[in-house]
Amino acid sequence: MRDVAILGIGMTKFGELWDRSFREIGIEAGFQALVDGKLSSRDLGALYLGNMASGAFLEQEHIAPLILDYAGLASHHLPAIRVEAGGASGAMALHEGYLAVASGAYDFVVVGGAEKMTDVSDTEASRIVDATADTEWELVFGATLPALWAMIARKHMHEYGTRREDLAALPVHDHLMASKNPLAHFRNKVSLEQVINSGIVADPLGLLDCAPLSDGAAAVLLGPLESARKYTDTPVKIAASQVACDTMALHHRRDLTTLDSTAVAGTRAFSQARHKPTDVQVAEIDDAYSIGGLVALEDLGFVAKGEAGLAMRDGRFFGKGTTQINTSGGLKAQGRPFGAVGVAQVVELVRQLRGDAKDRQVAGAQVGLAHSVGGTGATSVVTIVERVN
Amino acid sequence: MAIARFWRETPRRYNLGGSRCTVCTTVYFPPRSVCPTCTTHRQSLGKMEPFQLSGDGEVVTFTVVHEAANGFEMLVPYALAIVQTVEGPLLTGQVVNLRPEDLQIGLKVRATFRKLREEGPAGVIHYGYKFAPKEEAAMAPRPGRGSEQAPAASHAPEPSRARA
Ligand SMILES: [Zn+2]
Repeated sequence: MRDVAILGIGMTKFGELWDRSFREIGIEAGFQALVDGKLSSRDLGALYLGNMASGAFLEQEHIAPLILDYAGLASHHLPAIRVEAGGASGAMALHEGYLAVASGAYDFVVVGGAEKMTDVSDTEASRIVDATADTEWELVFGATLPALWAMIARKHMHEYGTRREDLAALPVHDHLMASKNPLAHFRNKVSLEQVINSGIVADPLGLLDCAPLSDGAAAVLLGPLESARKYTDTPVKIAASQVACDTMALHHRRDLTTLDSTAVAGTRAFSQARHKPTDVQVAEIDDAYSIGGLVALEDLGFVAKGEAGLAMRDGRFFGKGTTQINTSGGLKAQGRPFGAVGVAQVVELVRQLRGDAKDRQVAGAQVGLAHSVGGTGATSVVTIVERVN
Repeated sequence: MAIARFWRETPRRYNLGGSRCTVCTTVYFPPRSVCPTCTTHRQSLGKMEPFQLSGDGEVVTFTVVHEAANGFEMLVPYALAIVQTVEGPLLTGQVVNLRPEDLQIGLKVRATFRKLREEGPAGVIHYGYKFAPKEEAAMAPRPGRGSEQAPAASHAPEPSRARA
């Protein structure tokens, strides 16, 4: 396996993009990545596209060749491959693109992620994304994705004394960071009180504990590290890309306060990258539900089990400690177009490692980690990227 | 949800019929054809036998849902829990017959047979298990005991049978 570098990045505005089509946003992000990486589309080997539910949202399946076509590349007859893994679809597409370049099967690939979620009603969209949990043994009894995460939160509070305000601290941080991110879905700041008093979705989680349904697309251009300098002055190496899966239903997990899939993917990724959590300066953590961010920090080894609440209270990941999280605004405030999320996380890490993150810049960022979850943790993807000096 | 897809799992939802691995004796719900516990999974192939859960268990964690799942809008706010059965398997279900604020981790519950939701213009009604505090549930029909109030689990998927 050879080393793989990120040569270019692209991303659209996230939000309710009523006036823009799926094709438009997919192409915009992809071309930005190609232009950023100074690669001719003639040299592309393949396109990977993370997308969760275009059929349900848009009544359009088979979207990978569709994006390829409207990008003007149909006559190149490239392979175009859609990847689905619930909320981790984009991260999984990146994993597939990484493997393809690492193996030598292709030299250059574009990995895109795109989702258009606001063409249907909120109710319909919720029904579609709930299906990333177990339809037959969870949803049929009245569960929703936020309800399942709320049960993780309740258990975590019971076991470890985590407080309601500890959960709320993460959305507050995310909104603050997103206020500095022009592409973010939400640009407004929120207070701890606003999060705690937001309308209850599933107790103890309120509306402001839950990421929005967004439209948006993101893309990266990957190529072999050995020739990366021909295409960019600031290549970023993919030091690790790891996936781990677990039981579909939350109630079948070994421990309801731990995502074993995240813990295992994290352990494998740190091992592959030969890094440890304290080596990471910037991390994009899946906080589609605030409790998810806290649990992830524990499962990835950034804090000991049960101490994420304390870390939130201390602001340990909000400017004080060695690792800063969700400088993009996270899923909560940058937005959550399901298929695009995992790619957008890595786009933000590349900005940080290049020193291009403007007023969100973490000084001296060298190593970044992205973490993305499907459902309630049946899939986790962990990616570690590293600045090449 | 399409009717056939729901009805296929109906016997389990009515009767809490699970399975037990005859190699290592672990109990599963819903039933599995391969045992995840046995180190060599293949050795359990063909050696899983039906196993009836009693319906007794304990709340492991819970939430009160205010933004309903599809088809549950009429019930909000409703209590949802993960219950560990006395036989071992954990499952997700609603908790009824108590005020949501009285729900707590460790509460002893018993499965009770209920209407889950109505669906579509035809008003198709789905049935299955919910949980109730154990003393409350003692009077209610229990899954797995051939309750007269419950449509029999073995019926073919006919929409008309699912009407109120
Ligand atoms: Zn076994």
